[in-house]
Amino acid sequence: MAQCTLLYFAWIREAIGVDSEVFDVPATISTPAELAAHLGQRSTGYARAFADMSRVRCAIDQAVHALDTPFGAPQEIAFFPPVTGG
Amino acid sequence: MIRVLVTPDDFEAGAEGRALAEEGAGAVASFIGIVRGGDGLSAMTLEHYPGMTEAALTKMAQEAAARWSLIAVTLIHRIGCLTPGSQIVFVGTSAPHRQDALSATAYLIDRLKTDAPFWKQEQFNDGRTHWVDARESDDAAAARWG
Repeated sequence: MAQCTLLYFAWIREAIGVDSEVFDVPATISTPAELAAHLGQRSTGYARAFADMSRVRCAIDQAVHALDTPFGAPQEIAFFPPVTGG
Repeated sequence: MIRVLVTPDDFEAGAEGRALAEEGAGAVASFIGIVRGGDGLSAMTLEHYPGMTEAALTKMAQEAAARWSLIAVTLIHRIGCLTPGSQIVFVGTSAPHRQDALSATAYLIDRLKTDAPFWKQEQFNDGRTHWVDARESDDAAAARWG
């Protein structure tokens, strides 16, 4: 188990109901996609947030990565929709 | 010099433009994004990823400076609740020659749309809210720079 801060933004934050949480990532989980699938089983809110992973992006320690990027022991993982700045 | 600012506060584009005209500059190019009204839009709220946002903006300014001969770059992006007609983003560059300033400004506008962690939620007069979807045309615009 490795402790990690999870951050959620925009409608993903709204669906889950919190903007951040500290989470013990099980050792069997090694990618953001696996983590999202795991979190999706926690409640209907999480399930809604991660129902369509084509609409989800992620950052590992504040750097954008593909959802299937293996992580070591990150301090911070963020899930968010495709960005809409400018 | 690179200046990056993420702020709820409005900016004064004229002052920002003059500040870019450092020694050696022969041209200043700039872009101002405005919250577009219409269709019953009452406001737009901008959310961002503190820490990562500033780093992402600084990185894209550095990449523009590596690609074109620039004197200075300023990127200002507002956050929070903005009403139609409000200034939302300022992109400005200065360079010895106009083509570098114009190209770098266009590049930074396109990159801002796709590579900076901002999200927009629209609020309407009838109480509806809607998270703005990313557009494929924005991805295509960013991709043309290679």
